[in-house]
Amino acid sequence: MAEPSSTRRRSGRPFSVRHLPGFTLVAAACFVMLYAPIVTLVTYSFNGGESIALWEGFSLRWYVSAWANEAVQEATVRSLVVAVLASGIATALATMAALGTTRTGPFPGRMVIYALINQPLMVPEIVTAVALLIFFAMIKIATGYTGLAYLVLAHAAFCVPFAYLPIRARLEGMDLSYETAAADLYATPWRTFRYVTLPLMTPGIVAGAMLAFVISLDDVVITEFVKSAGQDTLPTYMLGQLRRMVTPEVNAISTALLALTVLLLTVFFALTRKRG
Amino acid sequence: MEAQSQPAVAMEARGVSKIFRGPEGDFHALDSVSVSIAEGEFFTLLGPSGCGKTTLLRMIAGFEHPSAGQLLLHGEDISDLPPYRRQVNTVFQSYALFPHLSVAENIAFGLRMLGRPNAEVDQTVDRMLKLVKMEPMRNRLTSQISGGQQQRVALARALAPAPKVLLLDEPLSALDLKLRKEMQIELKRLQHETGITFIFVTHDQEEALTMSDRIAVMRDGHVLQIGAPREIYDQPANRFVASFIGETNFLSATSEGIVDGGIRIRIGDTVSVETDLPDGVDPKGDLTVVVRPEHIVLRERGAPDTLSATLTNAVYFGTDTHYHLELASGQHPIARRQNAAGAPERVEIGAAIGVAFAPSAARLLRD
Repeated sequence: MAEPSSTRRRSGRPFSVRHLPGFTLVAAACFVMLYAPIVTLVTYSFNGGESIALWEGFSLRWYVSAWANEAVQEATVRSLVVAVLASGIATALATMAALGTTRTGPFPGRMVIYALINQPLMVPEIVTAVALLIFFAMIKIATGYTGLAYLVLAHAAFCVPFAYLPIRARLEGMDLSYETAAADLYATPWRTFRYVTLPLMTPGIVAGAMLAFVISLDDVVITEFVKSAGQDTLPTYMLGQLRRMVTPEVNAISTALLALTVLLLTVFFALTRKRG
Repeated sequence: MEAQSQPAVAMEARGVSKIFRGPEGDFHALDSVSVSIAEGEFFTLLGPSGCGKTTLLRMIAGFEHPSAGQLLLHGEDISDLPPYRRQVNTVFQSYALFPHLSVAENIAFGLRMLGRPNAEVDQTVDRMLKLVKMEPMRNRLTSQISGGQQQRVALARALAPAPKVLLLDEPLSALDLKLRKEMQIELKRLQHETGITFIFVTHDQEEALTMSDRIAVMRDGHVLQIGAPREIYDQPANRFVASFIGETNFLSATSEGIVDGGIRIRIGDTVSVETDLPDGVDPKGDLTVVVRPEHIVLRERGAPDTLSATLTNAVYFGTDTHYHLELASGQHPIARRQNAAGAPERVEIGAAIGVAFAPSAARLLRD
């Protein structure tokens, strides 16, 4: 029993689950499950025919038609406007929250504050969506305003924890000794923040903003509940299209969204990995 | 030595205490400490970890507030000033160089915060870079320079605003031995050239002895002795100071009576010496004398004024050899002898020998 395994595994090799039977197979199967649908979606976005299941040769016609579609254009612009504004608000709030939970002495209820900030991660999205729908309906009746601000605020609210987590992680990794040294070198608390804390935490802020942007960009549930008539974002527009008729145009839009998201997340990981 | 010319006092602590309150009771980090540090002095706070030396330093810098007492900087009470209003700068143990700024920008930081004009800042930065020999590195980021170079930048950054007192919190502890020796000399040179008062915190007694004008030996929040390195080494105030500074032999002794100017004591059966009677030593109680290893001389067994001993071990250290001895009383002193040219004959382990020391080498100690 011991003999074959000791000859197969050279002495001194650390434990590795790769030697468990079937492990590699299961891992490969998982990756296929994860990526086969996406590969199919991307592939058929380049299909020359009308079908989303029958390959009829390579073409960019669906990209062209999506690009020319006014409804798509409108939804794209709206998505971007909402994502930029919402991630901006969320990042500003998250930055202050992260400072308040890392650059203060220990105070009672710190864990409660932490849980409250991260509430959108824990409360089911559908609950938030219904709550916002009812809450905003009351405001709409009271004020008569039906603009885009509801959508922006709703997105900002659920984006806060996504922006908060990388900023907080950055601040926690930053030694307090820099701020101590700045105070020793005649920097007032405000100047310490302006010239030491803020520049050092900037990578965390940018990473948080990007994550919030991506999260806002692909939200469906809350948007679907909160939006007024004619306020489709790209994801809700696509959902509406799929209900009627499926064309590879949806594949093309999805692929474009995927490319943008991958790009932003690559930047995000590059920023959060770099230390110091 | 201070009697002839009274130098101005740079920093004074008057009855300073610090109590950290915790759930398991209060911790007295400093207990009514008073020290007075002269202008231009290289003053060292020396003690084991937890003795309060760093707490005192952080208090002078403004990062801790004293629970009681006063801190005077050039006669002005600074106890209630925030750190950024105190004309003291710190070289931190971790250096704490700003990673987003270049070497030159790090050095300029304090001057910029003081609102000095650009021309003056540039001039001072150039001077500082030259002082610490870092001119070629001026545009590097601090992550791109070695530990020893970071140490120099940290020094230059703290010296640039010309503080009234420079605080150094174990700044050499992160360096390897060779670099540490170099920096010890470098620090002395910088202090000499700038004329700034240095308050240096360390737990390394050798570092304290070689660099300081005066040393305050601390333990458990108290200052046990303040004095020049030689004074502390030769005339330790008590048993702790004697054992903390350098290697020490403690020998028990009995009184043979008070004599003019001191006390006559007997060590073992054969040695009787006259020595000072320090304050606080009860001449009727058990007495302890301290004899440094380099003051013990090996003789023949039975020579006059020697203690009988057996050599139990000899450890070679390159420059000198340590001889481990066993006395008839059961005590185990160590003798140190230099391995000078024409070194004397080897002594065999197990040999019966005699141990002698000059009467002035034996000092009575308080416990």
